[in-house]
Amino acid sequence: MWTWFHRLSSPPTFYRWGGALQWVFGIPAVVLIAIGTYGGLVLAPADYQQGDAFRIIYVHVPSAWMSLFVYTSMAVAGAIALIWRMKLAEVYVGAAAGLGAAFTALALVTGMLWGEPMWGTYWVWDARLTSELLLLFLYLGVIALDGAYVDARRGARAASVLAVVGVINVPIIHYSVEWWNSLHQGPTVTKFDSPSITGDMLWPLLVMALGFMCYFASLVCLRMRTRLLDRERSARWVADAIGAGHG
Amino acid sequence: MAEWLSMGGYAVYVWSSFGLTAVVLAGGVIASVMGMRQQRTALRRLREFGDDA
Repeated sequence: MWTWFHRLSSPPTFYRWGGALQWVFGIPAVVLIAIGTYGGLVLAPADYQQGDAFRIIYVHVPSAWMSLFVYTSMAVAGAIALIWRMKLAEVYVGAAAGLGAAFTALALVTGMLWGEPMWGTYWVWDARLTSELLLLFLYLGVIALDGAYVDARRGARAASVLAVVGVINVPIIHYSVEWWNSLHQGPTVTKFDSPSITGDMLWPLLVMALGFMCYFASLVCLRMRTRLLDRERSARWVADAIGAGHG
Repeated sequence: MAEWLSMGGYAVYVWSSFGLTAVVLAGGVIASVMGMRQQRTALRRLREFGDDA
């Protein structure tokens, strides 16, 4: 069984399978995001309190969910990289960080664009917003560490340590709206109860979230493959791969 | 149509949010694809001219 796992985690195997997975995830990503956008902008009814401004939810919440999910996955991969020295796990940390940072920045900015008309302010230093901003800085730290060393493995290990240490911020972000007085509203979906949002508003949100997830999965495969080519540059399989014609 | 575009008066906020999202998502694809292309080109050059990296 371990030989199967060992083979699966070999760079040339991942390079090959990842090339296919890019499309397996990429095409559904486009379809789901298109459907979710149409559902959110056109089909979903306007909110009785927020009117059409609430539609920002369809980009703000999926981005925020992804910012948390990606960081958590980076922390898991980082732990695996540090404990078992698994190359693929190290490469995942660096590959995912840029995408996670983009989702975090998107969540923050769309949140600001939602907050201004609804709360009357672009920003407050409350627990939810502050901890999400901290998450962005953690991502930037991971990116910086990953690229800071001439030896890619040392950089990846340093980045993995930060990823693991910083993951404590993720539950803080999630529970911030319950633990502290926060301007940001409480959870309507991610809680141990049925969602407190009506179905015809909820479905585009779930479709968008799935679309964003597929988008991330597709690009992280591509980015991991790019990094593998760099790290394994003197290996025979790399010579074959770049001579093969397409990536 | 005009009513839909105006988003109940919140047009600038809603369309900025969706527009920014589109730019970021597209930018991610472009950056990742270009990154792979650059990596492959760099490696091909190394092979051609000798590996002294």
